[in-house]
Amino acid sequence: MSDRPPLPNPIRPAFAPGEHAGTSIVNIGPSHPATHGTVQIVAELSGERILRADVHCGYLHRGFEKECESHTWHNLIPYVDRLNYCSALINDFAYCDAVERLMGIEITPRCRYLRTLLAEYSRIADHLTCNAAMLMELGAMTAFLYLVMLRDYIYEHLAAVTGARVTYSFGRIGGLANDLPEGWLERLEWILGQYDEFVGRVHGLVDRNRIFIDRLRDVGVLRTADAIDWGYTGPVLRSTGVPRDLRKDTPYLAYGELDFEVPVGIKGDNYDRYYVRMREMDESVHMIRQLVELLPAGPISVDDRRCTLPPKHLVYTEIESLINHFKLIIDGPQVPAGEIYSAHEGANGELGFYIVSTGGGVPYKVHCRAPSFVHVGGIHRLLEGYQLADLVPTFGSVNMIGGECDR
Amino acid sequence: MAGGIHERIAARWGAQALEAATTHGLLALLVEPALVAEVARSLKAEFGFDMLLDITAVDWPDRAPRFDVVYHFYSTRDFVRVRLKARVTVEAPVVDTLVPLYNSARFQERECHEMYGIEFRGNDDLRPILLYEGFVGHPLRKDYPKQREQPLVPYLK
Amino acid sequence: MNSVPKHERSPSPLEYLTTKKDEFVGWARKFSLFPYPFVTACCAMEFMAVSSTPYDTDRFGAALPRFSPRQSDLLMVVGTINHKQAPVLRRVYEQMCEPKWVIAFGACATSGGFYQNYAALAGIDKIIPVDLYIPGCPPRPEMVIDGIMKLQDRIARDRHPIFTEKF
Repeated sequence: MSDRPPLPNPIRPAFAPGEHAGTSIVNIGPSHPATHGTVQIVAELSGERILRADVHCGYLHRGFEKECESHTWHNLIPYVDRLNYCSALINDFAYCDAVERLMGIEITPRCRYLRTLLAEYSRIADHLTCNAAMLMELGAMTAFLYLVMLRDYIYEHLAAVTGARVTYSFGRIGGLANDLPEGWLERLEWILGQYDEFVGRVHGLVDRNRIFIDRLRDVGVLRTADAIDWGYTGPVLRSTGVPRDLRKDTPYLAYGELDFEVPVGIKGDNYDRYYVRMREMDESVHMIRQLVELLPAGPISVDDRRCTLPPKHLVYTEIESLINHFKLIIDGPQVPAGEIYSAHEGANGELGFYIVSTGGGVPYKVHCRAPSFVHVGGIHRLLEGYQLADLVPTFGSVNMIGGECDR
Repeated sequence: MAGGIHERIAARWGAQALEAATTHGLLALLVEPALVAEVARSLKAEFGFDMLLDITAVDWPDRAPRFDVVYHFYSTRDFVRVRLKARVTVEAPVVDTLVPLYNSARFQERECHEMYGIEFRGNDDLRPILLYEGFVGHPLRKDYPKQREQPLVPYLK
Repeated sequence: MNSVPKHERSPSPLEYLTTKKDEFVGWARKFSLFPYPFVTACCAMEFMAVSSTPYDTDRFGAALPRFSPRQSDLLMVVGTINHKQAPVLRRVYEQMCEPKWVIAFGACATSGGFYQNYAALAGIDKIIPVDLYIPGCPPRPEMVIDGIMKLQDRIARDRHPIFTEKF
């Protein structure tokens, strides 16, 4: 054991011990129980107060962009799923939307409403995960179990339509993989009833609980100007008091026709981030109920041979459809040359795809503007000046998702 | 609303830009690398683009200035986006940093630096962020083989 | 790293005693797994589901995650390991005391999954020995429970040397 050279250190901290008298340097992560997601923080402490923090990510870098350059447009969808794995469907639809805009495809009305519905459903699952993990790390095991129970209903319910619990690969360029199964919407209504029940209990356990208020209020405070300067979007930006939401500001999918509010916080602290997420889930439920009413009948995929696979029975009986099927699978959909930046409101903030195509079946470049990566870039601002123990709820409430942060 | 702002930017910078066009609802400006910081300053101060969304690059191995450095800006007042591009050569892939204007540029420039080897003049912290110390090369350049691994831990037999 | 091999034969006069002892120790050990969740990626979502109410690994005596490798005997590598993470995983493994077992949870930990590029490690068995692989991207909770039960079977059937030559 001793004859082996020591393991190399993958990072170089920004500061070394001994620069200031009376301070100490601690290392937290990358595999630490209190930070969900693999992130490493080198912190300089004075007593228990964090003076400086040097945040390192990249422990889940999986070469997303490099992989994208060697797969066809359709084959990327599983990779896109695994960016923000808490709400994989939002990623799917954001990516498909970008490619469709590049190809000039207008999706069918049913697909548009269904995507909106599923995206909001995913947002609930994401916020449930975030709040559950944050509360568990503060010791609220009961709240965690309630929220995860509810999330599991949603996972199983999404598995009934997509076939997978976490990573769905359900979006298709020009539509969706398949339509809703029989009885899905009835079950949805039952789950939304359960949502009220479980989330009501969590509100009762947490909202006015002295322990949580003391741990969350006035901790990790972010002002609006700082938030914009550091590129924060999504619930973190909204918690500082500005109603900036792409669903409202630049409506896409069916959001322009829905009635919903954009919840905002007051102070931009951990409590506000927790509460904004809870309120956003309520808004999502409100939107889903409207969408169930609005959901039109009709096809779910566009009738466009450039991207949609022909029906299976025609593939077996018709030479044109067989060739079409073969070309779509082997060469991929042919996307005209051009570049596009298209953004959706992901569960954590602005999820943008910058896509460059040179024509053909394989992308030239797919870049993901991931909200978590930008958030981690400014997270030391939320840590410095607070206690070391406050790091736990602050990281939890910002909801850094490794897959999306490190790509 | 959006059209108005795009036109005003085009009127202000169209003469100095190499290209200015609106594509997919977004104004794309191509400028000389030396102008990047100045245009960004003008976008922030005069047109209200208060958020720097994204910095990345595109590698065109067969083209003379090999890299496009691509910036996306967003205005939280008018809800419009602008793309700013600059072409830099592989011999001197240098642009000015935007850190004095936007703090969100810090991490993004580090990522762009390690992935493409773009130098951001004035940014003194370009340590690896997604990769690790000791990684040789720039993996998102087209000439980096996709599967060339640089393991830190020796493999078991 | 341990000077005593895991499957050390006991001296023959104690054969009967050690057989009974192996059964007893195996029975005791299989119900007291203390997992160290080395959680990195998407599989964490399923790990959360497995360890909480709906599926509940408590039923298998593997409920209490120890977040110090020195207190745990089951390393669950949940999610993709890349080259940056590899030294960390290796160190965590070395810090665990014998006896220890390793589960590769999900396709990425098993083989790198569909990430075959410069960044991802193509399977954790390149750097640490693995006892059990759970396939799936991510695996369903039932598969995880099946995997834990298979590992328990193996632990129960293993030899658990206490009397060794050095003893």
